[in-house]
Amino acid sequence: MTSPGNLRRSVIQLYKELQYMGREYPAGADFFQTRCKAAFLKNRHETDPEKIQMLIDRGRFVQKEIEALYSLRKYRAMKQRYYDQDEMDLHSKKIENFVKQL
Amino acid sequence: MSGLRVLVGCKRVIDYAVKIRVRPDSLGVVTDGVKHSMIPFDENAIEEAVRMKQKKIVKEIVVASCGPAQSQETIRTALAMGADRGIHVEVPAGTDANLQPLAVAKIFSKLVEKEKPDLVILGKQAIDDDANQTTQLLAGMLDWPQGTMASVVAAKDGNLTITREIDGGLEDISVSLPAVISADLRLNEPRYATLPNIMKAKKKKIEKLDPEKLGVDITPRLKILNVVDPPVRQAGDKVPDVTTLMEKLAEKGHL
Repeated sequence: MTSPGNLRRSVIQLYKELQYMGREYPAGADFFQTRCKAAFLKNRHETDPEKIQMLIDRGRFVQKEIEALYSLRKYRAMKQRYYDQDEMDLHSKKIENFVKQL
Repeated sequence: MSGLRVLVGCKRVIDYAVKIRVRPDSLGVVTDGVKHSMIPFDENAIEEAVRMKQKKIVKEIVVASCGPAQSQETIRTALAMGADRGIHVEVPAGTDANLQPLAVAKIFSKLVEKEKPDLVILGKQAIDDDANQTTQLLAGMLDWPQGTMASVVAAKDGNLTITREIDGGLEDISVSLPAVISADLRLNEPRYATLPNIMKAKKKKIEKLDPEKLGVDITPRLKILNVVDPPVRQAGDKVPDVTTLMEKLAEKGHL
């Protein structure tokens, strides 16, 4: 799994996926995609397979963080636009209780 | 209860985060070159179908969208999230702005005849027209029960228990299948359609149809007269003390 060929493929796959996600970045696609490229280039001379795997894992973590960012941002925008704050708090409690019973 | 077929509807609209600009002719908003994406409520709808499939309640998810050629991208996103196959009912670009809920409900009514689903899930409302009508119209046309604004859906023995978000609280209802549901924001947290899933989704089939083939008249019944920006918020006045505040309020006739 940590053969150079596999690692190389993993890194390239991670890069593609991050660049794809970067298109929706709030501060701008350009902002994200240039910094992402710079971050990958900074580590391009790394040869230790363990270190490379660690960097890949960090990249995957960042990917999850961005997914959470997008999800939360969208939820907050929809909530603010379509829902009354007091009602939301009321619903929170009731939904929690209902789900507990299921 | 297992092996249901679900028909999910989705729509391509201007992305929720984009700043809307009114067209110079005041008959709509600028859509050229503007980022478009799936309605967030539609994402909730698809996510719910996918979760029901993971729980083995649902066997097949068919996703349908009515719109111009670019609606295929939206269908692909739905397929990437886990739908099995897609149906694209194409309307010419430019006329899609006139595709109103009544026409969409008629189209979906024909799709239901064709696909025979046990459950239809739509998003609660479109974020461009804010109509919140398609689910209700469709349920009426099909004479099926409806569970709108669903924030919890539980399946049991051919029935669905739905918790609806309504003004002033929550309402629990039970509907028998087949039924139409509209997904609300709190129904679930939609998954992100990652690049690998988008790639895999390219292998899934999208059937192309058009309103004529389905025998549906999509002539708009409503005409948009005027579209304007909301009024600019006036800056407030700061006053140094209570006396001045009382004077100002009296001036404006609020006392």
